[in-house]
Amino acid sequence: MAGPMKMRATSQGGVTEIRVLMTHPMETGQRKDPEGKLVPVHFIQNVTVKLNGKTVVDGQISQAVSRNPVFTFRVKGGAKGDKVEVSWVDNHGDTNQTEAAVA
Amino acid sequence: MLAGAGVVAAGLLAPLHALAATWNKEAFGAKSAADALKGIGAADSAPSQDIVIEAPEIAENGAVVPIEITSNVPGTRSLAVVVEKNPFPLVAKFDFQEGALPYVKVNVKMGETSDVRVVADAGGKHYSASKNIKITIGGCGG
Repeated sequence: MAGPMKMRATSQGGVTEIRVLMTHPMETGQRKDPEGKLVPVHFIQNVTVKLNGKTVVDGQISQAVSRNPVFTFRVKGGAKGDKVEVSWVDNHGDTNQTEAAVA
Repeated sequence: MLAGAGVVAAGLLAPLHALAATWNKEAFGAKSAADALKGIGAADSAPSQDIVIEAPEIAENGAVVPIEITSNVPGTRSLAVVVEKNPFPLVAKFDFQEGALPYVKVNVKMGETSDVRVVADAGGKHYSASKNIKITIGGCGG
């Protein structure tokens, strides 16, 4: 199941910085469990960042992004109170999203 | 098998995610950096000093290598990260729209010491820079 996400968006000098954490195992498919069996590949494939409903960053990622991914993005503009939304979809079709107001 | 499961899940989620983004299976499935770059249409790129890669010279733990990239190439609309010696070299590709700056910070896994290449797409032309990162403990196996 999709674990919690955390996000902080701050505006400074006309640029909004968005820092987001996702809870996900990001299994590479190459790791073995204690019984020696390969753990199936399980990872986030798509990350989307929206500012006030408009997509600003559209990311595709692989299993080589570290476990519990943390990303920082920067967007020109954005004022205090503007809405930032980040969502992800993994290779199982599971998804999660979070939103925050720009501080 | 995994692809099949993905299709089924995508089908179930279709009403909620009618605009779900695509994932470049060919490029992400490529096992060489050259094929990965070909897969994103960036087989040829010009070296550029306007792409800045901030990352450690030596990373003790290959499971979490922080990489911060900025493109100062005018008109950059996407950035791709390729860890040349990983089993699947293409790690990420970000498309920037509507005022997003061509910048991203991300933690990646590296199986061994490798060049990390960043490719920027600016108006259909590709520019790249790379940085060697030494790994003392790999991050891909068990």
